[in-house]
Amino acid sequence: MDYRTPLSKARGLGSAKEGVHHWWAQRMTALALTPLTIWFCFSVASLSTFSYDAFSAWLQGPMNAALMLAVMIAGFYHGAIGLQVIIEDYVSNVPVRTAMIVLVKGAAWLLGLVGCMSVILVALGG
Amino acid sequence: MAWKDSRPMSPHLQVYRLPLTALISIGHRATGAALAGGMLFLVWAVASAAAGPESFETAQAVFGSWFGKLVLFGFTAALYLHFFNGLRHMVWDAGKGFDLEHARLGNKIVLGGTAVMTVLTWIVASA
Repeated sequence: MDYRTPLSKARGLGSAKEGVHHWWAQRMTALALTPLTIWFCFSVASLSTFSYDAFSAWLQGPMNAALMLAVMIAGFYHGAIGLQVIIEDYVSNVPVRTAMIVLVKGAAWLLGLVGCMSVILVALGG
Repeated sequence: MAWKDSRPMSPHLQVYRLPLTALISIGHRATGAALAGGMLFLVWAVASAAAGPESFETAQAVFGSWFGKLVLFGFTAALYLHFFNGLRHMVWDAGKGFDLEHARLGNKIVLGGTAVMTVLTWIVASA
């Protein structure tokens, strides 16, 4: 005797109207990264010298620190879901695929946190 | 069912000369993967600054060497290719620009934009 309702059997097996979440997140982070990329490239390129003092003084500006945090967060998010798509396309062995995705996401979280923490430490310290 | 026809299948990756649109398409994925890896260098740069002047000088010595600059130049070009082709993907997402004429125009804009912005960024950097 099966007491489970058809609804409970179907739950978690298919779209819960969030099927395009990653697709949408990829585009939204891309949209955020569009001005951030230009800002980042030309800000770093415009640094007069690449000395410790010049770099930390630049990163201590509140706007620069905030935008740098945005680069870290949007960059790692965009990169992690991008790598996930590549892995899903080319790795057909499901356990290996899952392990690789977990590894990528774990690395993105860890490196992203190190990056954000470093920006904050430089911005507050000096 | 076995393939009985001995003539090559077309388009077959080994005999088919990929059109520019296809090369840029796979280039978008390749640069995307490379840039995700390149985030390591960005984290290294800010983490070394957070760790203090000595470690920053070490990182700076690597980034500032001729090989470091070459790698950074490569990342700049990869970033702009991914940037411009990403914008093109957004146009496609809007359902526009799929015909051959606009696909070819897109190729020119992506490659031209990448070249111009890469050179411009490095002119600013060395000024």
